[in-house]
Amino acid sequence: MECVFGLVGNGFAIVAADTSAVHSILVHKNNEDKIMLLDSHKLIAASGEPGDRVQFTEYVQKNVSLYQFRNGIPLTTAAAANFTRGELATALRKNPYSVNILMAGYDKEAGASLYYIDYIATLHKVDKGAFGYGSYFSLSTMDRHFRSDMSVEEAIELVDKCITEIRSRLVIAPPNFVIKIVDKDGARTHAWRQSVQDVTTASV
Amino acid sequence: AETLQIVVSSSPVPSHANDKESYLWRSHTGGFGTTLESRGSCKRNQGIENQKKSERKVSSAVSNMSRRYDSRTTIFSPEGRLYQVEYAMEAIGNAGSAIGILAKDGVVLIGEKKVTSKLLQTSTSAEKMYKIDDHVACAVAGIMSDANILINTARVQAQRYTFMYQEPMPVEQLVQSLCDTKQGYTQFGGLRPFGVSFLFAGWDKNHGFQLYMSDPSGNYGGWKAAAVGANNQAAQSILKQDYKDDASREEVVELALKVLSKTMDSTSLTSEKLELAEVFLTPSGSVQYHVHSPESLTKLLVKHGVTQPAAETS
Repeated sequence: MECVFGLVGNGFAIVAADTSAVHSILVHKNNEDKIMLLDSHKLIAASGEPGDRVQFTEYVQKNVSLYQFRNGIPLTTAAAANFTRGELATALRKNPYSVNILMAGYDKEAGASLYYIDYIATLHKVDKGAFGYGSYFSLSTMDRHFRSDMSVEEAIELVDKCITEIRSRLVIAPPNFVIKIVDKDGARTHAWRQSVQDVTTASV
Repeated sequence: AETLQIVVSSSPVPSHANDKESYLWRSHTGGFGTTLESRGSCKRNQGIENQKKSERKVSSAVSNMSRRYDSRTTIFSPEGRLYQVEYAMEAIGNAGSAIGILAKDGVVLIGEKKVTSKLLQTSTSAEKMYKIDDHVACAVAGIMSDANILINTARVQAQRYTFMYQEPMPVEQLVQSLCDTKQGYTQFGGLRPFGVSFLFAGWDKNHGFQLYMSDPSGNYGGWKAAAVGANNQAAQSILKQDYKDDASREEVVELALKVLSKTMDSTSLTSEKLELAEVFLTPSGSVQYHVHSPESLTKLLVKHGVTQPAAETS
């Protein structure tokens, strides 16, 4: 089951997502990156139907780039989140996308922000959010330990607590996670948490 | 001199002179023929010469040859002009003037009303100034009915943007989007261009206070001070001399009134003949669009000594 969660700290936002690509009972790969860089200062962590996930997040990413090329200025995180929600809403009653999104970004005026956008075009600006079965565990853990304006180290500690909880309590828990961070210096991969690595057989 | 025009086609190169039917020469009607029409192309060249001579005269005079290229907006003339677009700008040159000037803390728009009558219900009809969105307003010069269509288009575009992004549309993007609409009427569809020039005044968080001028061709530019409508060239040259960067709104209002009084044709300047609007920020940080009432205008006219048109520089 796909797990995506994230939270806002002091001048940064952090998102974590599992990295399993699953089809029925088969795990295709263990290092599928589900957190896309939307632009230099935005991240989009998505879970849901694999085809829809890639299609929709790439569509949003390209439209965000197009805006920047056309107008010479980047979209704010709020504007990008509202645009995304609008696209999901338009498609909803025709051909809905089965994608849940956590959008994290950093703007000079607004600081770090996190937006919860679910597949039926719900939009919330939040301090912490999560999707999937893992959300039952990560939200509760975050509710218990979250404080506003945490430092990066404290936030990573909390993320690790959530990952531990998911690994120990979710029946088919994903083994690997990727953690990405966005702050005034931009969006980037922060760390991986891997308990299983893809095994390559030696040639006979 | 005659010009030879040869069309290169994909047919193979003929081997001897009998194959000259494979070549096509452009005829004086603009089509293609198998023979070179020497007399025809001679006449055409003469026609171009005549046109060039007439162009050196007053700009609004047009020779007979160019009438051929008048009727459709979607074609160029041989000299590379779009006559319909230029005629649209002529139409605006006869309309009431409007001036926009950028101040340090706002933008001032002033317009000359052509329709003045005691019977006109001034409270319900605006002639020159319109609000597009909370943060953008415009002054209009030209055909009013055309202007109404474009103003509505601009309003819809601004709301569409806000619906999509939940933010006010940046002023330049709004102007650009409207100008893209105008450009369409100069390239396809066979419809005439809009006979309106706009002065857009607005504020956004990217570039602060801005003033844009756009014309029927769909071109636009950002200006510190601009004039459209009747006598706009005279107004523009006075503005070039007298404009100062970082002036306050009161100084800019004074400049606008003075420039308009010098360029207006009428014998006396009263508040009935003018519309004055300002775009500025309130202390709480929201954008305000304020149209002056006739009483306030009269007071300003008296204060700056422009109730009579300027007979001397002062």
